[in-house]
Amino acid sequence: MKENRSGSTLEGLLKSGQVAVTAEVSPPDSANPEDLLKAARELAIVSDALNLTDAAGANCHMSSIGACALLAHEGYEVVMQMTCRDRNRIALQGDLLGASAIGIKNVLCLTGDDVTIGDQPETKRVFDFDSIQLLHTAKTMRDESVFLSGRQISASPKLFLGAAVNPFVEPIDFRPLRLAKKIEAGADFIQTQYCFDIKRFQDYMETVRRLGLHEKCYILVGVGPLRSELAAEFLRTKIPGVVIPDALVNRMRKTPKKKQREEGKRICVEIIQKVLEIKGVAGIHMMAYRQEDIVGEIIEEADLLPRPDKEMIQ
Amino acid sequence: MAIFGNLRNHPHWLETAYQLVEKIFRIADPLIRRIGYKRVDRWMHLPEKLSKGMLFDCQMCGQCTLHFTGMTCPMTCPKNLRNGPCGGVRSDKTCEVDPEMICIWVEAYERSTKMKVYGNEIHLIQPPLNQRFAGKSAFINELCCGDNSAPPAWKPTKGTEILL
Ligand code: SF4
Repeated sequence: MKENRSGSTLEGLLKSGQVAVTAEVSPPDSANPEDLLKAARELAIVSDALNLTDAAGANCHMSSIGACALLAHEGYEVVMQMTCRDRNRIALQGDLLGASAIGIKNVLCLTGDDVTIGDQPETKRVFDFDSIQLLHTAKTMRDESVFLSGRQISASPKLFLGAAVNPFVEPIDFRPLRLAKKIEAGADFIQTQYCFDIKRFQDYMETVRRLGLHEKCYILVGVGPLRSELAAEFLRTKIPGVVIPDALVNRMRKTPKKKQREEGKRICVEIIQKVLEIKGVAGIHMMAYRQEDIVGEIIEEADLLPRPDKEMIQ
Repeated sequence: MAIFGNLRNHPHWLETAYQLVEKIFRIADPLIRRIGYKRVDRWMHLPEKLSKGMLFDCQMCGQCTLHFTGMTCPMTCPKNLRNGPCGGVRSDKTCEVDPEMICIWVEAYERSTKMKVYGNEIHLIQPPLNQRFAGKSAFINELCCGDNSAPPAWKPTKGTEILL
C-alpha cells in the first residue's frame, strides 16, 4: 500500500506491519475537558489511537470533532468518527477541512445509528450521504483538492480514511463485496463491528483474501469484553448488528454471577488471540463501553503490551 | 396487491420491462425534447408515480436506481442508503429501524443475483442524490440531465466487478 499520505501515526504503524490497537472513547455528557481527558489518559497508554464516537446510538454527547480537537491538542492520536445521520454534505465537507486543520489525521466514515434508537427519536434524520459517498467525498477532497462542486481547496485535508464493516449480519454473501465497494470509494483502513463469532469471521476473511481485499486496506477487528450474561443478552437483542453466538452466552450463564466479569474478560482475550492468527487481520479495535478500566489488563493478557513508541513511527 | 408482491419476486421480468421502457424513452427522446422536457414531465408524473409506486413502493426520488439495486427501491430504506445495507440488519433479516420490514438490501441483493441483465450493477458505487430531481419523473430526468446528475467533482468509479 502506497506512501503515508496523511502523516498519521496509525497509518505509519500499520504500514510498518505491526499489529495496531485502537480503543473507543465515548465523549462525555459534559463541557468540562477534564472529564474527557480522564477517560482518554488510561486508554491511550495501552492503545495506538483513540476513536471518538459521533453521538453513538443516536444519543447526544460531546461532539466527536470537539473531543478530537481537545485530545489532538494534548498530543493524542485520534480517529474521528463521522456519521451521515446529523449533517448534510455542506457540513460534512466543512468538518473534514476543519478536522484536518485542527490536526486530526484519521477519520472513520460511518452511516450512523438511526435516530429511533437514541434518546431523541423525534429527530429529523439527514442521511444526505451514505458512508460510501462520504468516504469518496473525503478521498476526492484529499487527492484532488476540490470540493464535490469542483471548487478548489488550497490546502487539501490530509486524512487516513477509515470505514466500518459488519461481517456478521445479513446479507452475509454481500458483505465482502460491500467491503470491496468501500475500498474502492476510498477506505484505507477498516474497523469491524464486535466480533464474537470467530467461525463467521474466518469465513468472511477467506472471501476477503480470495478477492485480495486484505492487501488493499488494513482490517482492525472490533472486540470487547462482556460484563455479564445480562449484558450479553442486552447487546445481542438491543444493539443493532451485534451477533453473539449462543455458546458464548451459555458460557457466561454457567459462570457464577460474581465471576462473570472475569469470564467476559477471558473470552475477550481468547477472541483477540484467535483473530490475530487470521491472515489479513492488521489489528484490533477495543470497544469496552463502561469497562474502560479493564482494557489495559485485556491488552496485556493478549500479549500486546507495551505499545510501540509513537515517536519512532513515521 | 398480491400480484405486485409476486412480481417483485420475479426481478428478471421487471428488469426486462424496465429495459423496454427505457428503450422507448430513448427512442422518443428527440420528440420529447421538441415538446419540452418540463411539459412531458408534467404528463409523466402521475403515471410514473402510480405504476412505480404500486410495483416498487417508489418514493419519486427522481434518480431511479432500480436496476442497480435488484429492482428494489433503496429509498424505502429508512436511511435512504443507495450503496448497500447498513450494519444494523437484525438476525431475522429485518431492518434496524423498522423490525416489521425485511431490510430492503437483503432483498435487493437476493434479487440482483437472479437478474441477468443488470444483476452486477449492484456493485457500482452510486453518487449522492441530486435533491433537485426529487419529485420529478426519473425517466425524463435521465433524458434531459442524466449526465449532470452527480456532483461535478464526483468521478464515476469502475465498480467492483471482481465477483465470486
Ligand atoms: S437495516 Fe436495511 S433497510 Fe434498515 S436502515 Fe439498514 S440498510 Fe436500510
